[in-house]
Amino acid sequence: MKKILIVDDEPNIVMALEYTFKKNNFEVFIARDGQEALDILKIQLPDVIILDVMMPMVDGFATLEQIKKDERLRHCKVIFLSAKNKEKDIEKGLSLGANLYVVKPFSVKKLVEQVHELIQ
Amino acid sequence: MNSIGLLLILVLYLSILFYIAYWSEKRSHSKWTNNPYIYSFSLAVYCTAWTYYGSIGVAADSGLSYLPIYLGPILIIPTWMIILKKIIRISRVNKISSIADFISLRYGNSRFLGALVTMICIFGILPYISLQLKSISDTFHIVTKTQASSNIFTDTTTYVCLALALFASYYGTKYVDASEKRRGIVTAVAMESILKLVFFLIVGIYVTYFVFDGFDDIYQKAAILKDFGKKNTIGGITNGINWFFLCILSMFAIFLLPRQFHTAIVENNKESHIRTAIWLFPLYLLLFNLFVFPIAWGGNILFEGKGNNSDTYSLLIPQFFDNNVLTVMVFLGGFSAAISMIIVSSIALATMLSNNLLIPYGFIGSLENSSQEKNNKRIVNSRKIGIFSLIILAYAIYRLFILDYSLVSIGLVAFVVIAQLAPSFFGAIFWRRGSKNGAITGVILGFAVCFYTLLIPYATGMTNSVSLFVTEGPWGISLLKPFQLFGLDYLEPIPHAVFWSLLINIMSYAAVSVSFKGNYRERNYAEMFVDIDKYITNHENAFVWKGTAYISDIQKVLQRFLGEERTKRALTIFNLKYNIDKNITTADARFIKFAENLLTGHIGTASAKILISSVVKEDKISLPEVLRILEESKENIIINKKLTDTSNELKKISEQLKNANQELVNKDIQKDEFLDTVTHELRTPITAIRAATEILHDDEDIPEELRKQFLQNIISESDRLNRLIDKILDLEKFETGKQKIYLSKNDITKTIKNTIDSLNQLIKNKNISIEFADSNKVIKAFYDEERIVQVIHNLVSNAIKFCSETNGKIAISIFENETNIEVKIHNNGKVVKEEDAEAIFDKFYQSRNQNIKKPTGSGLGLAICKQIIEHHKGNIWSESNVTDGATFIFTLPNYNTTENS
Repeated sequence: MKKILIVDDEPNIVMALEYTFKKNNFEVFIARDGQEALDILKIQLPDVIILDVMMPMVDGFATLEQIKKDERLRHCKVIFLSAKNKEKDIEKGLSLGANLYVVKPFSVKKLVEQVHELIQ
Repeated sequence: MNSIGLLLILVLYLSILFYIAYWSEKRSHSKWTNNPYIYSFSLAVYCTAWTYYGSIGVAADSGLSYLPIYLGPILIIPTWMIILKKIIRISRVNKISSIADFISLRYGNSRFLGALVTMICIFGILPYISLQLKSISDTFHIVTKTQASSNIFTDTTTYVCLALALFASYYGTKYVDASEKRRGIVTAVAMESILKLVFFLIVGIYVTYFVFDGFDDIYQKAAILKDFGKKNTIGGITNGINWFFLCILSMFAIFLLPRQFHTAIVENNKESHIRTAIWLFPLYLLLFNLFVFPIAWGGNILFEGKGNNSDTYSLLIPQFFDNNVLTVMVFLGGFSAAISMIIVSSIALATMLSNNLLIPYGFIGSLENSSQEKNNKRIVNSRKIGIFSLIILAYAIYRLFILDYSLVSIGLVAFVVIAQLAPSFFGAIFWRRGSKNGAITGVILGFAVCFYTLLIPYATGMTNSVSLFVTEGPWGISLLKPFQLFGLDYLEPIPHAVFWSLLINIMSYAAVSVSFKGNYRERNYAEMFVDIDKYITNHENAFVWKGTAYISDIQKVLQRFLGEERTKRALTIFNLKYNIDKNITTADARFIKFAENLLTGHIGTASAKILISSVVKEDKISLPEVLRILEESKENIIINKKLTDTSNELKKISEQLKNANQELVNKDIQKDEFLDTVTHELRTPITAIRAATEILHDDEDIPEELRKQFLQNIISESDRLNRLIDKILDLEKFETGKQKIYLSKNDITKTIKNTIDSLNQLIKNKNISIEFADSNKVIKAFYDEERIVQVIHNLVSNAIKFCSETNGKIAISIFENETNIEVKIHNNGKVVKEEDAEAIFDKFYQSRNQNIKKPTGSGLGLAICKQIIEHHKGNIWSESNVTDGATFIFTLPNYNTTENS
């Protein structure tokens, strides 16, 4: 069973994602902000991390920087999920090492497909 | 006191003065020599030996008539702020170095008028210098109890006079440029002014309080002397008129006497010094007169019937009581008074003599082709010889003619002669039409009248004896009696001469000026003199000149007087001032005037013009043309001023534009950020809605409970979206001023209570205890209740949101002072950091470092609160340095205050 970590501060979005990925046979972990995500990552090694960008305390970009420093997490795929759809934001996200940058609002179905593609 | 002893004291005293002059010449830029006090005291050169001794003589012999000579100046000095300032400005820009320069330049730079004024001055002042020498000599002999020797070589005063002549000619001609300041001489003169006043006050106090028992004692003893009453009344209308003319006379003198013109104008360093002079100088004159009366009548009491010369009472009284120290002191005071007058007058006269008479009429030809050193040496030497010979000549006059006259008579005659310059002098600065011919006619006729009514009778010594010429008139024609001209018999000789000479002078000056127009040059200078304030900075512009001239020719002339170095420097300055290309070869009007100015200080205005004219070819200009050009240059000056104003205005506007632009750029950045944030805030609920909807759409076998939850999410996210849009629109209305505030009288306690009530459920849910002090007080204020409810709702909601999770507490309190009502809402949750205190009122400000979960909210609440409160003319802020939670405060104007206003 593949593991996925969902990091977002919007509970309703998290709920939709949690439901969908569970239904697609993922083990789902949830974090409400970057710090929580990093805490979870100390004990879990998910295959995919879905990361919101605008979050309090530690935002998505900063969280990814931390993830990239951790050798254990080298094989984690990271997908940014953001309402920021400007080119420079997308570029920044990808240059930090994310595998994918998905713009909000997004299709849940398509996201699941993209995640499957990434981990094959 | 023996002659040798006194002479030694004199030598010592003179060398101290020499040293002061030498010392201050070396420090000519220090504040010790360049201050308004030195300037003011140097003006007291007005008080000569005539004041020092003569006033006492007059007071003793004829009562109060010594006063007008001081009243006149005291009355006219307040106008100095305007008149003297104007004269100083004219003189400064035109490099004027004497009154002859001043008058002749104004009337078209007339060589003849300059010479005439010089002659008048020499004629009037030379006997006046003799008078000072006489006073030195007389008092010397009194102090030493010797007789004046008829052999001039054995008379000690001859040598004193020689020493003076040498001193004056050495220090008076330090500079070739006569308009340069002579700090040494001026400082020495100011010192002497102080000394003579101090010595005079000392002898005054001595006589009043040591010889007698104060003013009362003198008055009582003097009152029993015969003639006391008669001498000490002003006497009817006739005497009043006499006084009037004497006052007028001395008013003129304070402007026109060459020594006054020299100290007040040529030696003026700063216009602001006048401000000190206008109170200090009159005060000086008043102090000088304080003890005249007691000394005079003290002398009359002591020496009644002894026939002593009342002029010298101030010496005789201490001598009578064998007080040698005081006698010498008084003598030195009088000596100071005399020599400062002699020195300053002779310098002024010698400058005029060389610049306005000798050079333009005499050796200007020989100056034309010599080298600079030769020329300068010649000029300086001519002045040196001038000063020296003037003093020696004055001494000769004293020895030959005026051994017998009292001090006052000669002094007043000098005043009358000099007063003949008054009409053309004052006309020069106030009347554009005054012309050269008018001035010349006025001066000559006025002088002729005073020659006839004063000089002939005085010079022939007929005043003291019965003379047919005086009593019967020439050839027995009584209408021509010199002291009662045309039957005017109630004036004393001096006021009589003043009246007739000035009347004729003014009438002829005015009549000739009005009847015959002056030439263009006169009109040109008239404009520059009368309107000096307009031309003060670029006065060369006001000079009208047409013709052909080459800079190189003029440069050659300048070099002969200034030398190569200074000429070059002057040219550079000129080019810079008027922004002229240095390669231009032809000279314009401005350059001609500039060159004339450079020469004026050396050789006088008239000669400067002659020299420059000799190397240029001037075209005749008609008077109307001059007027037209002047009008144009006036317009130019106005246009220039306008241009400067406009350019300043433009500068200001462009500055404002820059600021406005910067503001726009900032606003643009803000707007971008705002849009970004709005987009994000809108997209977030849409994302949630979309995700939920997609799941509901695609997933048919979703459990019922979850299905409901997703639908609930869709509803709440839609509401959130709607609220956000409402708030954005709300804020936009406030920011663009479209939102109206409807003020009405309300009770703030009630409003708060109602708002809390509506939030009760939330408060209960979170187990928060709320405390509202003063909830029973009625506090009225003017506000829009709906909007203030919005503010309170927002602040209390925030308080609930951020309250401590357990044991939450909210405290609300109201304070009222004269101007404001203050509402304070405190919660015991998270502290607002100082750096965030202001920013939290910004739109969508979300502190990145909030150590809590993201609270629900649009991020616009506080921004809207701020807008509402500010529209009520109140303030809202979060209190810093609160450690136990967060405190938000807003104020509203007090109802009482608003009602009253």
